[in-house]
Amino acid sequence: MRSTDWLQLALYIGALALITKPLGIYLTHVLDARGTTWLDPVMKPLERLTYRLMGVVPEKEQDWKGYTFAMLLFSLAGCLFTYAILRLQHLLPLNPQGLGPLSPHLAFNTAVSFTTNTNWQSYGGESTMSYFSQMVALTLHNFASAATGIAIAAALVRGIARQSATTLGNFWVDLVRTTYYLLLPICVVFAIALVSQGMIQNFSPYTKARLVEPYKVPVEKKNDKGETVLGADGKPVMEEQTIDEQVIAQGPMASQIAVKMLGTNGGGFANANAAQPFENPTPLSNFLQMLSIFAIGSALTYYLGRMTGNQGHGWSVWAAMMAIFLAGALVCWWAEASGNPIHHGLGVAAADGNMEGKEIRFGIFNSALFATITTAASCGAVNSMHDSFTALGGLVPLFNIELGEIVIGGVGAGLYGMLVFVVLAVFIAGLMVGRTPEYLGKKIQSYEVKMAMLSLLVLSLSILGFSAWASASEWGLAGLNNVGPHGLGEILYAFSSATGNNGSAFAGLTANTPWYNTTLGLAMLIGRFLMIIPIMAIAGSLVVKKASPPGAGTFPVSGVTFTALLVGTVLLIGALNFFPVLALGPIIEHFLNAQGTLY
Amino acid sequence: MRDLFTEIRGAALATLILAAVCCGAYPLLVFGVAQIAFPAEANGSLIVAPDGSVLGSALMAQGFTGDGYFHPRPSAAGANGYDAASSGGSNLGPTSKKLADAIAARVVAYRAENGLVPDAAVPADAVTASGSGLDPHISPRNAALQVPRVAAARGIAEDRVRALVDKHTEPPTLGVLGDAGVNMLTLNLALDAEARGNP
Repeated sequence: MRSTDWLQLALYIGALALITKPLGIYLTHVLDARGTTWLDPVMKPLERLTYRLMGVVPEKEQDWKGYTFAMLLFSLAGCLFTYAILRLQHLLPLNPQGLGPLSPHLAFNTAVSFTTNTNWQSYGGESTMSYFSQMVALTLHNFASAATGIAIAAALVRGIARQSATTLGNFWVDLVRTTYYLLLPICVVFAIALVSQGMIQNFSPYTKARLVEPYKVPVEKKNDKGETVLGADGKPVMEEQTIDEQVIAQGPMASQIAVKMLGTNGGGFANANAAQPFENPTPLSNFLQMLSIFAIGSALTYYLGRMTGNQGHGWSVWAAMMAIFLAGALVCWWAEASGNPIHHGLGVAAADGNMEGKEIRFGIFNSALFATITTAASCGAVNSMHDSFTALGGLVPLFNIELGEIVIGGVGAGLYGMLVFVVLAVFIAGLMVGRTPEYLGKKIQSYEVKMAMLSLLVLSLSILGFSAWASASEWGLAGLNNVGPHGLGEILYAFSSATGNNGSAFAGLTANTPWYNTTLGLAMLIGRFLMIIPIMAIAGSLVVKKASPPGAGTFPVSGVTFTALLVGTVLLIGALNFFPVLALGPIIEHFLNAQGTLY
Repeated sequence: MRDLFTEIRGAALATLILAAVCCGAYPLLVFGVAQIAFPAEANGSLIVAPDGSVLGSALMAQGFTGDGYFHPRPSAAGANGYDAASSGGSNLGPTSKKLADAIAARVVAYRAENGLVPDAAVPADAVTASGSGLDPHISPRNAALQVPRVAAARGIAEDRVRALVDKHTEPPTLGVLGDAGVNMLTLNLALDAEARGNP
């Protein structure tokens, strides 16, 4: 844990704090149907044209049911669109490698995954997806699912802020404005900055490079029919094959990666995601990618404060998020810097930490920080392989996801997830002092608490239920790359990631099977929509209430006490739900690792 | 019923319009600007030989095994490693016997190749696979330990090799961000260029 690493951490948090307010103020303009921005001269005509083609009247607002229904319809349309493209990939243009169609279960999994902002990679990136599939089928959702998340968060904030109203805004307006005024302009600048660092943006076929030093590898001998030739001992006959060529994957990467990070999508252009050198060429591109993951989520807390007229509340929520984030980052960094005692015993320099699955240009610190950020948000991009982290280093991303990714969180999703915990925190505070709980002057009653609990219980039910099922099934165990407690970790991580709409993985798990693709797809749908619907119900219930002015007995939702209570609520619920299964996975693995046990 | 139809039509049109803007206009705009402003980077930072053939990408590791070359980190990309069209890590966990066995064998081989004493601590990056399997860098300490072997195999002074290593070491960006790394592919190409007498 070197001093320059501490400096990088300070730089990161400083930069994030610095952009939170200006971006938050910008959001208040974007998320107001009558708001004006400096982009109006360019985008306003396009915005108007979009409404006219869609037949949307932007002034007409929707109640919570109308808003939710529009969101569900749009998600369904996008999901079908992507499924169709992936199944017909071989017939569509921009496929210089001639990649074939995806299997039905892989196409289902991928379409659901991108629609729900999960971006789980059962597919292999450069070895599975044509440029058209990447650029259209996947990138569409990088924008749309991010804009949808922000729209839902805005609707919930309006539900809190408005008094005695019935409507929460217009979904189509929020969707279009977020895409045109927020995501697109930032992405154009960001993508070009990434190209300057070495990220590719082209439509060329994969490049064939002549190796500087060709080398020989043993391969199984094949006969004319492509069958493996067996020797007299029944084993395959081996022959030497000279490798004198390296095929380098190309493609329109930068435009996709910009929105992949900014929209906390995380689905990689390449199989190794942001560890692949084109996808994250330099430490500077890495820093910008980490910053962009948190940027909008962080700004949304400012938006919350501004809209509810209580900026202290916005910053208190931000502080609670940062406290949990910092704790996770420090534990993960410490664990990875400490390294693996078993490997040290074999002669690996202990001072170097755990470098398996990590890139030199990022080193221990930036790998641990990226892992914490990508799982605190629902991004799921990875610049190192979480599966090869130490037991405790891998526990941090897993626990982050299981908390519901409310630490900054996915764009929009993080804020509405955190507001569920806020509702529970004021409820608990109300119980403690024996008063009817109030949130910003509005009474929190049994309906809101029931809906809040429902959205949380659905998450843990999906994570634990599916994990238990897979752990006890042949199809679940067949995909494991590691055995022992780490194998349970792989299964648990997969269903946590899917349910939490994160998309990162203990990637050793072979998830591209009909069983895994289907169950993970279902977990993603549950985690996205069965969370959003109760939250929209809360918004619909709050919006009709009238706020009463704060009195002497009102529990303030800003300040240190509130922040501490919120952190406590989040950790308590997270720990209670998941501690038993984490004890069987990463925690026991840590002790076995210290003892030198191998599987 | 008419309302439902209008909503469904709206959702379908929204999908198509957003696809046209975000998946058509936007990537093409970035493509255009990138190809004009940063053509080398946008096309993969390719290293092209005088005869026009591509030797590799400055951002992608290649396999090297000869004594006269610096060796990259172990790779789990593709079936034979260093497959720049199939990036990936080993994904083996901390208690994996397979990983521990592989590391043990690599440690022994590394010490033998580079003439280290039997209990010398080996740089972690030299015996672990990177996340992408294409990490173009090795750590400065790993490079320093390989210098005597490379110099001996090529019959040139160690100081000369060391100077080239320094030249191909990329320090942390702005002195702060990231870790220093030695780009082994450009370093190896520089060694070959020097051997041909045109450094």
